[in-house]
Amino acid sequence: MLTAGIDIGSTATKAVLFDGEVRGSAMVPTGWDPKEAGLAAYRQALEAAGIAEGAVRCIVGTGYGRVSLPIFDRRVTEITCHARGAFHLFPGTRTVVDIGGQDSKVIALDESGAVADFIMNDKCAAGTGRFLQVMAGVLDASLDELGALAVGADPVQISSMCTVFAESEIIGLLARGVAKGRIAAGIFDAIARRIQGLAGRVALREQVTFSGGVALNPEISRIIGAGLGVALQLPRDPQLVGALGAALLGFEQLTREV
Amino acid sequence: MEMNQAATFAEIATLRERNILALKQAKESGLKVVGTYCLYSPAELILAAGAIPVSLCGTSQNPIPAAEKVLPRALCPLIKSSYGFAITDTCPYFHFADLLLAETTCDGKKMMYELLGQLKPLHLMQLPQVQDAAALAYWQAELGRLIVRLEAEFGVEITPARLAEAVLLVNEERRSLQALQDVCMRRPSPISGMDLLTVLHNRGFSVDKREAVQLLDRLTGELLELSDRGISPFTAGTPRILLTGVPVGIGSDKVVRIVEECGGSVVCFESCGGYKKVDPVEVTDDPLRAIAEKYLRIPCSCMSPNTGRLELVARLVRQFQADGVIDLTWQGCHTYNIESFTLKSHLQAGGKVPFMQIETDYSESDSEQLKVRIEAFLEMITIRPARQTG
Repeated sequence: MLTAGIDIGSTATKAVLFDGEVRGSAMVPTGWDPKEAGLAAYRQALEAAGIAEGAVRCIVGTGYGRVSLPIFDRRVTEITCHARGAFHLFPGTRTVVDIGGQDSKVIALDESGAVADFIMNDKCAAGTGRFLQVMAGVLDASLDELGALAVGADPVQISSMCTVFAESEIIGLLARGVAKGRIAAGIFDAIARRIQGLAGRVALREQVTFSGGVALNPEISRIIGAGLGVALQLPRDPQLVGALGAALLGFEQLTREV
Repeated sequence: MEMNQAATFAEIATLRERNILALKQAKESGLKVVGTYCLYSPAELILAAGAIPVSLCGTSQNPIPAAEKVLPRALCPLIKSSYGFAITDTCPYFHFADLLLAETTCDGKKMMYELLGQLKPLHLMQLPQVQDAAALAYWQAELGRLIVRLEAEFGVEITPARLAEAVLLVNEERRSLQALQDVCMRRPSPISGMDLLTVLHNRGFSVDKREAVQLLDRLTGELLELSDRGISPFTAGTPRILLTGVPVGIGSDKVVRIVEECGGSVVCFESCGGYKKVDPVEVTDDPLRAIAEKYLRIPCSCMSPNTGRLELVARLVRQFQADGVIDLTWQGCHTYNIESFTLKSHLQAGGKVPFMQIETDYSESDSEQLKVRIEAFLEMITIRPARQTG
């Protein structure tokens, strides 16, 4: 019984095929056409697994683009999907911290893996992947380079959470000759504080699973985990957690129907 | 969602426009109009003075940019909207009002009323913010001051007999409002939250209370009949949401609309225009005392402490079989925003009812984010994980 989960995010689109275990996966940039990106990720995942499209019994869509594809049998929000995916990978998960392209969220799970509470950034880019991207741009570094720069550096205080104001603040710090490494460490510190602020409203209970593209970088994850005061569980494919959760929800639905 | 099948609904949906004409005619025949903003305004006193109490506009984003020329942007949208309607003269009810009745419920409103008083005669009632015996005596004296003002303004005498009569009329309105809202206790509810809100909103603009009561009773009868025949926009499995918090109306209905677009059913409005309003005045031989008691026990977050609201919401969750509670708080509304924490703790101490606070304003700027949050909240209710995978 094969199901597919397709997570169309603001930056990347992910697909996972599942039949009790992961059979294939793919990731493509979302670009300007979420519909096309969803189909491309789906076809690439099928190809990688060597499976024909007809074998898929249920397709579940998630992410902000979940409304855009007619092939979806069901649409579920990324909050429920991330919780489901993280709980599958780490059954001890009681909190999921997800830093996505345009939002970040903290999800509390109960012992059965059900979402008990969640909070997400409401109105701005503070603490999101986009925030990191913009700041990396100012330092003329990739995300990985930013992580490498931050290792062992004493973080400079970046007070502004607003992406635009923080950018000006960093330009000011550079002008004053503050070392890039200290600024990089300060940026991750700011992210951790923002997540901490979100998490304050839903208790950050261990184990904490970290998902989203930022979790690919172990150094950044370590700094953010230290800022949060917890050890973060890092999935092997942190960007696929939502798509995996979507595929799992489809699989569970089929299992119930049998 | 299907169209509302109750015939009377269409009549009520256009009530607001027709009432403007009725109000104009009433004015031309010499009747006086008192505009009110808040549930604390005692309609009984206005009616006993032979005047017409009408709700003033304050639930639309449209006049907010005009208001922001004077008021701070971070202020509560309800206050900005009310003021904006007044200075742009776009609220017909404000236009026709001979007197504005206002209360010191919160700092924002109190200060805005200072400015509003420059546009129209305004009577400000000093509302105590605690519900004890001393506050009651003070509040009753404030009602006395209002009587003096109304008598002087309109050249009438407010007698105990007229007060007693007004109490019966407004209680009758409360009875009909409660009966209407109680149809939503049925599972599924025969009326959508958006339609119910339309009715609750529009009836506030009615000129003739007796006529409005008849209309509501007729609608209630039709809805019960539809429900008996199994007709509803929802199914028995539709997640049932109780909405509490700040006042909502047509134009500030964003959250209600999104809940129902995402597949939920708003079955109860605990807010001022909804269930907070149905508590009647006790019928005694001291009507003024009974009116003072009724209005002072309104469980608004401007009261401290405000345990009445905690108890009311908990009771309504049971009575309406709510699957989840959404606490809507306007940006800049300190009292409701802070009380949300207390309410959540109270509700979750006695069993786990899913609870979500939404802080927003009247604009559509966060609609996409809200859709995700609200849809995920509804999934918390509907999606339970399987025990084992694979």
